[in-house]
Amino acid sequence: MLKTFKKGGVHPHENKFSANSPIQPIDPPQKIFVPLSQSLGAPSKPVVKKGDEVKAGDILATGESFISSYLHSPVSGKIENIDDFIDVSGYRKPAIFIEVTGSEWNASVNLSDELKEDITLEGASIIQKVKEMGVVGLGGATFPTHVKLMIPQGKKAELLIINGVECEPYLTSDHRLMLEKPREIITGTRILMKALGVTRAIIGIENNKPDAINLLSKHASSYPGIEVCPLRVKYPQGGEKQLIQALTGREVPSGKLPIEVGCIVQNVGTAFAVYQAVQKNRPLVERVVTVTGTNVLHPSNFLVKIGTPVSALLEKAGWQPEKAGKVIAGGPMMGKALLNADVPIVKGTSGILVLNGKESLRPKVQPCIRCAQCVSACPMGLEPYYLARVSEVEKFDLAENGAILDCIECGSCQYICPSARPLLDHIRLGKLKVNQIIRSRNQ
Amino acid sequence: MNPSILYAVITLAVIGAGSGAILYWVASKFKVEEDPRIDTVAEALPQANCGGCGYAGCRNFAEAIVKTGSLDNLFCPVGGDEVMKRIASILGLEAPTMQPMIAVVRCNGSFQNSPSKFHYDGVKSCAFAHITFTGEGGCPFGCLGQGDCERACSFDAIHINPKTGLPEVNDKCTACGACVKACPRNIIEMRPKGKKDRRIFITCMNQEKGAIARKNCEAACIGCNKCVKECRFDAITVSNNLAYIDPHKCTLCRKCVEVCPTNCILEVNFPPRKRTTQSDSPAEITA
Repeated sequence: MLKTFKKGGVHPHENKFSANSPIQPIDPPQKIFVPLSQSLGAPSKPVVKKGDEVKAGDILATGESFISSYLHSPVSGKIENIDDFIDVSGYRKPAIFIEVTGSEWNASVNLSDELKEDITLEGASIIQKVKEMGVVGLGGATFPTHVKLMIPQGKKAELLIINGVECEPYLTSDHRLMLEKPREIITGTRILMKALGVTRAIIGIENNKPDAINLLSKHASSYPGIEVCPLRVKYPQGGEKQLIQALTGREVPSGKLPIEVGCIVQNVGTAFAVYQAVQKNRPLVERVVTVTGTNVLHPSNFLVKIGTPVSALLEKAGWQPEKAGKVIAGGPMMGKALLNADVPIVKGTSGILVLNGKESLRPKVQPCIRCAQCVSACPMGLEPYYLARVSEVEKFDLAENGAILDCIECGSCQYICPSARPLLDHIRLGKLKVNQIIRSRNQ
Repeated sequence: MNPSILYAVITLAVIGAGSGAILYWVASKFKVEEDPRIDTVAEALPQANCGGCGYAGCRNFAEAIVKTGSLDNLFCPVGGDEVMKRIASILGLEAPTMQPMIAVVRCNGSFQNSPSKFHYDGVKSCAFAHITFTGEGGCPFGCLGQGDCERACSFDAIHINPKTGLPEVNDKCTACGACVKACPRNIIEMRPKGKKDRRIFITCMNQEKGAIARKNCEAACIGCNKCVKECRFDAITVSNNLAYIDPHKCTLCRKCVEVCPTNCILEVNFPPRKRTTQSDSPAEITA
C-alpha cells in the first residue's frame, strides 16, 4: 500500500499528454518584458534605467526587503522602458521592457553543462547565493527560497522534502526535469540539506511517474541521507501540508508553517534552480513550461526565458486559436485563465493549458443538495459548502470560526460538486475579506 | 362527578394563580425602564430597516436619537426632512435639514461604449469578479455588471439594464447608501437630487491616462481639462486624469456637457436643447 495523505482528495483524469516530449529550448522573440512582481511579497526595485545595455544574467532589479526577490536579465539587449504592462487579470503592473539583441551571458556565469557535484560553499553563503540568484519556489506559489531556508529562531528543521509530486493534471514540467536532470536535482537537494543543516531528505513522487522514481532512486542510492518515496496518485498531494502528511504522518497545525513539524518542502524545479545558482552561478532566468491541452497539436515542454510572451509558446506548440475557449496559466485545478496571450512567462508559470471552447465552460450551477461530497473531498478537513455559503451571505465571523483561512484553494470541492456550485470562488472572496478584517483588527 | 377531576382542576387553578402572582411580582420588580419616547420615535420612522442611517435598524436609530438627545449627525435618508421634522417635534428639538439625495452611477461603459473582450463565466458577484479580473470591457475602474448593487437594494430602485449592462437608478431611490457600499469599485455616488431633479455629473471613474482609458471605453474621461476651462463657477476639478463636478458649486448651466469630447458628462432630466447637438448615447441612462 503506497503512502498518501489521510483526509479527502480527488483523482481527476491525468491527461499527461506531454510526458514523453523532451524539454526543448525556445528562442526569445525580439522584445520581452520582465514583470517586477514575480514572487510573493514586495515587488523588486529596478536598478537599470532606460537605454542601459544588459547581458544575460545581469541584475535588473533587487529585492532587499524581507520577502522579495532579485530579478536578472534573461537575454542580452537594451532596456527599452520601464512601464506598465497588462497582467493576467487585465490590471496594469510595472515591468522592464527589453529589446533583445542576442544571448551573450555575463562573464561570471558558468555556462558548461558539466555536472559539478562538490559543494564548496557553507550554509549561510549558500543562502546568500540563492537570494542573489533570484531563486523562488517554482511549484507555483513563488515564495522566495532564501526566506524559506532561514529557519526562525527556536525552531529546528530535521527533514527536507523535495516535491516531485506534480499532482495537477496535464502538467509534466517537473516530470521531464526529473528525467533529464536527475543528478543535478540530487546535487541541488544536497545543497539545500547543507544550507538547512539536515541529514535526511525525502523526494516524494507520485506513482504515475515510475520512470522518474527509478531514475532518481538509482542516483540517490549513493547518498545515504536521500531517499525516494513513491506516493499513491491523489490530488492535491503536491500541497505542502498534504505532502508532509503523506510522507511523515505529521500534521501541520492550523495557521502554522511546515517548520512547526520540523519539515521544509521545496519543489524539484527549485532544487534544480538552486543547483544552477550555487554550482554554476547561474541566476533563475529560465524555467520549464508545459504547453498542453486538447487544443494544442504538439503538447510539449519548453525551456523558456522569463519574459517570453505566452503567445510565442502557443504558436510553437501549434494551438488552434479559432477553437480555443480558455488559455490557462497553470494547471486545470488551480490555474488562472488568461485575459490575453501576450502576458509574459514568469517564474511561477509551470504550464500553459489551452482548452477547447465547450470543455472550458462551467456546467450550469444547481442548488446544493447537502450530499457532503465536498466535505469528504476537502484535504484540509473543512466544510466547503458551509464556508461558501457564509461567505456568500457575508457572515465573515462565521467563516473565520470555520477556519476559512486554512483553505489551500485546491479546488477539490468545486471539482467534486455534483451541482457544479462555485464553492471555491465564494471561499476565495471570503478568505480575502476575513484577511482584511483580521488586518484591521490588529491595527 | 368524579372527585379526581375536581382535584385536578383545583390544583391547576392554584398553580396557575400562584405562577401568575410570581410572574407579576418579577415583572414589576425587574422592570426595564425604557424611555417611552423611543417607541414614539420608532413609530415615526419609515420602518424600512435599511441601515441607511448607519444603525442596524429603525429601532436602534430611535434609541440613539433619544439617548443622545440631539439630532446632530443623525439623519434618516429614507424619511427625509418630513420624518426628521416629526421626530424633532416629538423630542422638542430643532430639525436638521438635508438636501434630498439620490444614487448616481458613475460609469458609462455600456456594451456599446466598451464592447466585451472576454467572456466571464464565474460567480455572479461583482465582488468576486473585481478580484478576478478587470471586467468584460477591460476597464479596471468600470462597472462589472454582475448586479451586486441590484441585490443590495431593498427598495427596488436600481436595476441592471440588459441592453447596456449598466445599473440604472429609478425614482424609488431613498439614498440609503446600500448600493454605494455594495459596489466594489465605488462607482455609485450619492449626489443631491438637484433643482427639479436635474443633475450633471461625470459618468466615469477611470484614473488612467487618456489614451489608455480610451482603448477600453469610448465614453471614458480622458482628463483633458476642457470642462474645467469652460466652467465659470470653479465647480469642476481634475485629479488623477479624472474630472469631478462639485454638486454644491454646480449651477446646472450645462456648458461642460457641450464641450466634453467623449460625452462622459451626463445631464439628467433637462428639457431638450433648442439647437440640437449630438447628445445621443449618454441619454440612454436616466439615472
